[in-house]
Amino acid sequence: MTAPLASAPRPARVDELQARIRGMQATRLDSKAVPTHPALESVLPGGTLREGTVVQVEGSTTLLMALLAGPSASGRWVAVAGMPEFGVEAAARFGIALERLVLVPDPGRQWLTVVAALADVIPVVAVRPAGRIAPAESSRLQARLRQRGTTLLVAGEWPGSDARLGVEASEWQGLERGHGRLAEREVVVSTAGRGEFVRRARSRLRLPGRSLEFAPVDEVAAPDVTEPVRLDDLERRATG
Amino acid sequence: MSADPGRTIVLWCPDWPILAACREQSLDPAAPIALTEGGLVFACSPAARRDGVARGLKLREAQYRSPGLTVLDYDAALDMRVFEPVVRRVEATVPGVQLIRPGTLAMRARGPARYYGGEEAAAAALLATVAELGVPGARVGIADGPFAAEQAARAARESVEIVPPEASAAFIAPLPVALVVDPRTAILLNRLGVRTLGEFAALPADDVRRRFGASGAFAHDRAAGREQARVVARTPPPEFEVEQHFEPPLDRVDQLAFAFRVGAEEFIERMRAVRLVCTGLRIELDDEGGGHSSRSWLHPRWFTPGDVVDRVRWQLQGAGTVDSGLASPIVRLRVVPERIDSTGNHEEGLWGGGPDERVHHGLTRVQSMLGHEAVVTATIGGGRMLADRQVLVPWGDRPPERTGDAPWPGSLPALAPASVFRERLPIALLDGRGEIVAIDARGAISAAPERFAVGGGEAAPVRAWAGPWPVVERWWDAEHAKRVHRFQVVDDDGCAWLLVRDREGWWAEARYD
Repeated sequence: MTAPLASAPRPARVDELQARIRGMQATRLDSKAVPTHPALESVLPGGTLREGTVVQVEGSTTLLMALLAGPSASGRWVAVAGMPEFGVEAAARFGIALERLVLVPDPGRQWLTVVAALADVIPVVAVRPAGRIAPAESSRLQARLRQRGTTLLVAGEWPGSDARLGVEASEWQGLERGHGRLAEREVVVSTAGRGEFVRRARSRLRLPGRSLEFAPVDEVAAPDVTEPVRLDDLERRATG
Repeated sequence: MSADPGRTIVLWCPDWPILAACREQSLDPAAPIALTEGGLVFACSPAARRDGVARGLKLREAQYRSPGLTVLDYDAALDMRVFEPVVRRVEATVPGVQLIRPGTLAMRARGPARYYGGEEAAAAALLATVAELGVPGARVGIADGPFAAEQAARAARESVEIVPPEASAAFIAPLPVALVVDPRTAILLNRLGVRTLGEFAALPADDVRRRFGASGAFAHDRAAGREQARVVARTPPPEFEVEQHFEPPLDRVDQLAFAFRVGAEEFIERMRAVRLVCTGLRIELDDEGGGHSSRSWLHPRWFTPGDVVDRVRWQLQGAGTVDSGLASPIVRLRVVPERIDSTGNHEEGLWGGGPDERVHHGLTRVQSMLGHEAVVTATIGGGRMLADRQVLVPWGDRPPERTGDAPWPGSLPALAPASVFRERLPIALLDGRGEIVAIDARGAISAAPERFAVGGGEAAPVRAWAGPWPVVERWWDAEHAKRVHRFQVVDDDGCAWLLVRDREGWWAEARYD
C-alpha cells in the first residue's frame, strides 16, 4: 500500500523539474517584437508579443481584443477564426481597426488549414480550436509561424504554447443590486511562460477602464492585492 | 467639307422612359402611368397626360388629377438598358449614331441622305427600322445642327419634319427661350421681356456674352441657329459576355466548373486584349426545370479566370460542397461583365502591390476552401439589438452605407459586450423563492433577481444587477414589432451578462467576458 503513495509525488516532481529545464533552455534566438498595447507589458513574458510565437488566452474575449488592439493600431491586419460570437462593436471600441480585421466565423473541420492559410498573409491571427490538435501538427504549424513571423493567439488549448494568459478573477464596478450600469472591470491575469514554472506571475489590469481603455492597476492605489501576487512578483524580480 | 456640315437627323422616341418601364414590368403603355423622381413626376404616359398630369407635378397632385394612375420609380439605368437594342439596330441601318439621351439619337444627315437617295427616304428607312422593334410613334427631325433637328422632331406633326437648309433659325425662333438656358436665366430673360429664341437671338452677341458669360454665349449661338456642335458618333462597346450551352445538361458543380474553365479564360483574355480588367460581373444560370438564377459578384481587385470559375461554383453550390449534386441540371451559363476598368488603373507597382495584395490572395484561398460567405469583414451598422449592429460583409463585396453614427435611442451605453451570441442562449433568472422573474406591462419586475442559470445548468447567485431597460421597436408594425427588456447581471464568478426578456422568456444576448 505504501509503494503507490510514495510514487505518486515522484512523477509530479519529475514534471516540475522537466518544466524547469525546458524553461531554462532557450529554444531559439530572440524574435522580433510586435507592437503591443502598453497595458499588457506586465502581463506578457518579455513585455510584448513576439513574432512567430503562440500565446494561449483563456477565459476572456476582452483580453484577446486587448492583445489584438496593439498590432491593429500599428497598421497590421488581424484575423479571428472560429469565434462566431466575437463582438465587432466592442472590438472597434477597444481600438481594433475594422477595415483591417478579417473574420472566419465557422472554419469547421478545416480550421487548422484555414489558420495556416491566414497565418501566411496576416501577421496576427486569433483562433478558437474546434478540436484537439496533435503535438506533431501543432509543431508543424509553429514552424510555419516562425518562418512567416506570425503571432498566433489561441483561445483554448495548444500544446507547446510560448505563453499562457488566463483570467483568474474578475470584478465589475458600477453595477449594484438594482441600479447602475457596468462601467469598468478589474481582472487578475495570470501569466505562465514557456516551461510553466519559472515565470509565473499575476498582474491586475483594468479590462476595460471607465473610458474603454486598458490600463494596469496601480499597486499603490490597490493595496488589497492578495499576498501570493506580491511574493510571486518578488520571486520573479529575484530570478529575472 | 460640304456646303451643309451641320445637317443632322434626330430620331426621337416619345415617352421613352414610360415605354422602357412598361416593357420591364409588362404593363400596357396605353394606361395612365407616371414615373417619379424625388416625389415629382418625371415622365407620364399619353393617357395620364390627357388627365392633366405633367412633368414636374407633385405626386399627390398627379394622383388627384388621374386617380387610376400607376406610379413607378424612374430608373435611368433601366432606360439605357432597354434602349441599347434600339441603338444597335439603328446603327445597322445608319452608322455613326450619337446617343443624346435614352430615346433620342442624332446622326449626320449627309451619308444616309446620299445612300437612301434623299433626306425623306433616309427618314423613312429609319422609321421603318424602329417600327420593326415595336417602338410606336417615333419621329424624325432633320435640320442644321442637333439642337434644331431635335426641336424639329419634337414639333413634327406627321412622323417626319424636315427643315430646309439655312431655315433653322427661323424655324426655332418662336420656341420659348427656356429651351437653351438654365431655369434661373430663363426667368431673368422673361422678366426682361425676352420670351422666344428669336427675340433672344436678336440681342447683340457681345452684350449677351458680357451679361451671361460663356454659357450665355453658347445658348445665344444655339438660339440663332449658329450651333457649333456636331454629331459625335459613339464607338459601339465591344462584346465581352460569354454564354455556354450544355448538352446534355450538367448536374454536378465540379463538372460544370471544369466545363466552364476554358470559357472563363476566353472571357478574361478578350478583355485583356483591349487592356481592360473586369471588377464586377453577373452570372446567369438556367436549369432544365426552367429555373433562373442571376447574381452580381464584385471583386476587390480584378477577376482572373480562376476567380470567375470560383464565383460560378459558389453561386451553384450555395452551402453545399464541391461534389454535391444540383437540384436541377444546368443547361445554360452566361457571364456578363458589369464593371470594367482600364488595366492602367490596376497596374502593379514596381515593387509589387504591397501587403494588401498578399492579404487578398490569402483570403481568396480561404474563400475557395470554405465558400464566399465564410470570410467576412465587419462594419458597425445601425440598430438597438447588438446582432443588428454588426454587419458582416463577405470579403470582396461592398459594405453597405454606414448608419452606425445615428444616435439610436435605447441602444446600449458605450461599453459593448465582447461576445455577442449569434443564437441567444436560453437562461433562467430566478428570484429568492426560486421562481422566474416576471415583468409586468408597466415594466416593473415581480421580485429582485437572486439566482441565474445558463441553459439547464446550476443556478448561481447574482452579485449585481440592473434593469429592466425597455427596448420598443416598430410598435406600428404588428409583424416586426419588438418589445423586450434588457438586464445587466454580474454572476458569482464576476462575469457580466446582458440578458433579454421577450415574450418567449429569458435569453442571454451577450456576455462581457
